[in-house]
Amino acid sequence: MTSISSASPAFTGRDPENRLFGPLPDVQGEAGYDADHPARVGFFTDTSVCIGCKACEVACKEWNLLPMDDAHGTRDVIGLTGMSYDNTGQLGANSWRHVAFIEQSRTVDLPMPAVGLPGADRPANVLNTEALTEFDPQAATSGADKQIRWLMSSDVCKHCTHAGCLDVCPTGALFRTEFGTVVVQQDICNGCGYCVPSCPYGVIDQRKDDGRVFKCTLCYDRLTDGLQPACATACPTQSIQFGNLDELQARADARLATLQAQGVEGARLYGRDENDGVGGNGAFFLLLDEPEVYGLPPDPVVTTRDLPAMWRAAAKGAAMIVGVALSAVLGSRRKR
Amino acid sequence: MTEGITQPGGGWRRADRWAGNGKRRRRGGGRRNAEMPMVDDVEFTSYYGRPIIKPPVWKTPDVPLYLFLGGAAGSSAVLGALADVTGRPHLSRVARFIAGGGSMASVGFLVHDLGRPERFLHMLRIFKPTSPLSVGTYILSPFSAAAGATAAVELLGWFPRLKRFGGAVSALFGGPMATYTAVLLSNTAVPSWHAAHEQLPFVFGGSAMAAGGGLTMALTPVEEAGPSRKMAVAGAAIELAAMHRVEHDHGIVSEPYHEGRAGRLLRAAKACTAAGAALTVVAGRRRPGAVLSGVLLAAGSLLTRFGVFDAGMASAKDPKYIVVPQRERIEAGKGSGAVTR
Repeated sequence: MTSISSASPAFTGRDPENRLFGPLPDVQGEAGYDADHPARVGFFTDTSVCIGCKACEVACKEWNLLPMDDAHGTRDVIGLTGMSYDNTGQLGANSWRHVAFIEQSRTVDLPMPAVGLPGADRPANVLNTEALTEFDPQAATSGADKQIRWLMSSDVCKHCTHAGCLDVCPTGALFRTEFGTVVVQQDICNGCGYCVPSCPYGVIDQRKDDGRVFKCTLCYDRLTDGLQPACATACPTQSIQFGNLDELQARADARLATLQAQGVEGARLYGRDENDGVGGNGAFFLLLDEPEVYGLPPDPVVTTRDLPAMWRAAAKGAAMIVGVALSAVLGSRRKR
Repeated sequence: MTEGITQPGGGWRRADRWAGNGKRRRRGGGRRNAEMPMVDDVEFTSYYGRPIIKPPVWKTPDVPLYLFLGGAAGSSAVLGALADVTGRPHLSRVARFIAGGGSMASVGFLVHDLGRPERFLHMLRIFKPTSPLSVGTYILSPFSAAAGATAAVELLGWFPRLKRFGGAVSALFGGPMATYTAVLLSNTAVPSWHAAHEQLPFVFGGSAMAAGGGLTMALTPVEEAGPSRKMAVAGAAIELAAMHRVEHDHGIVSEPYHEGRAGRLLRAAKACTAAGAALTVVAGRRRPGAVLSGVLLAAGSLLTRFGVFDAGMASAKDPKYIVVPQRERIEAGKGSGAVTR
C-alpha cells in the first residue's frame, strides 16, 4: 500500500500517471492494491432493452435495506412526481437505482423514411418499422403524423475511474475497493457532505436524519461472496449486465454495432470511453438519445482535474494577503 | 450518419411539455434548430427540469459565516503579528482578539455543519491533498489553536513571549486560512463555483482583508490603525475587482451571481464594500468614521460570502447551468467525449 498516494499531483499539477485525470488502466493498482487484485467489475446498462419494470430498484432496496422516500429524497413519504411513470425521481441516499422514464413524440412525414430502401439488404429498423408500430409502444403511431416512443433507463452510481466524491472525502470514508468500485464506509463518514456537490452526476446524497452519505456500493458485500449485484440479478431483460469491465466494454461495442447495423437511430454509449472527463465509468450505458434527456450530464469532468490550478490561485491569494499586510504596516507612520 | 430522422435525436421531443413549477417555463425536448425557438431563454434539454447534480447539503448560515469568520480571523492574524513586531500594541491586541474569536467561532460552525458532529476528529485520521476540506483541516487546526491561545494569553496577560510566538504561528496559517475556503467551494461540480476557480481565492482574500482591516480599524485607536485602513482599502479594491470578473467572465454560469437572492446580496455587498472603502479614505482618521467604515467593510465581506454561496446553490439546482456549458464545450470540439457513437 502506498501512503498519501495523491499528494504530489494535487499540489504540483505534474500528473504523468494520470492520478487526477485521464485514462487509468489499473485503477486498483493506483489506489495501492497489490498486482494480484481481482479484475475491475462494473455494470453495462443497455437501455434499448429496458422495459422500465423497476425490478432493479426493488431488488436494490430489499438487499441494501434502503428506507422509503419520495422523489425529492424525503424519508417515509409517498410522493407522485406527476411528470411520468417515474416516481423515484432521482438517485439519492435511499435510491441507488433509478429508472428514468421519458415519453417522447415527434412529427413524421409519411411515408416514413426510416424504413429500409427496397432491395437494401440491411434489416429493417426495429424501432420504426411500420409493421411494428401497431403494437410496439416504443414506436407506436398516434394520430395521423405523430409518433410516440418511451425511453427507459436504469441509472446508477457510475463508479468513476476518477471519482470526485472519493477525491474530496476528507475522512477516508469513501474508498476504492479491490474490485475498482467506490464505496462509503459508514463507520467512518462524519457527514461533512463534501462528496455530495462534488459528484458530476449527482449520485451520492446525505440522509438528513442520519447525517451520513449513502450511495450504490455495487453490492460490495455480495461481490466478496461471489454473487452478482442484486439489481443485475433481478433484471428480467438483461438490460443491467454485471461483469468484468473489459468484457462488458467489448459486449457493449458489439451491441452498439448491432443496433447501428439494424438502423436503430440515436444508439450511443455513455461513459464507456476511458478518455472522457472522469477517465471512464465503471458503470456505463447504452442510450438512445442525448444524455441530458435521461438527466445525465453531457460532458462531465471530475472537478479535481482543476485542483492544482486552484491550489496555485489560493497560494497566490495567501501570499497577496501577507504582501498587502506587510506593505500596509511598513507604509504607515507610527505616531507616538 | 444517414439523413433525416436517423440523425441524433431524430426530432424526438418530450411528449408532455412539462411546464416547470410555475416559475419559469423550461423547454423539455427543445433543441437549437427545433420548430419553436424560444426567444429569451436558452434552449436545452433536461430530465423534467430536475437538477443534474445534487446541491451542497451545507447549511446556511453556518458555512457562509465560517467563510467570513475564517477570512476576517486569517487576515487579522497576519496584521496582528506584523503590528506586534513594529510596536503597535493596541492594534496587535485587537487583531489577536479578532483572530482568536473568529477562529474559535469558525471551528464551532464547521463542526456544527457536519452531519455527525461527534465524528469531527475523523478528519484528522488522514491527510489528503485532493480534498480541500482535508487540507483545510490541517490549516484550521493549527491556526485556531495558535490564534485562540494567543488571544487567551493576551486577555490574561501571561507569557508575553509565548504570545508573540503564537501570533507568529497564527500569522503563518492566516493567509491560507483566508483563501483555502475558495478552493473548498470551487473544487465541486457546482458550475458557478467551479468556473470561477481562478478568481474566487482572490475574492475571498480581498474580502478577508476588507473584513479584518475594517474590524481592527473600528476597534483600534485611530493613530495606530493606519495599517488597518490601508489593508482594508486594498482588500476592498481587490474584492471588488475579482468579484467583477467572477460576475462577468463566465458566460451563462455567471448568471446566478446577478439573479434572485444571490444577486441582491451581492449588489448590497458591493455597495457596502465600496462605501466602506471610500469612507475609510475620507473619514477613517476620525473615530466615528473609522467605526462606521469598519462596520460597512465587514458587512460587505459578510454579504459577499452569503451571495457567492447562494449563487452556487442556485446554479446547482438548475440543470441549465450544467447542460448548456457542457453542450457548448462539445460543440466547440472541446468536449472530453463521454458519448461514443
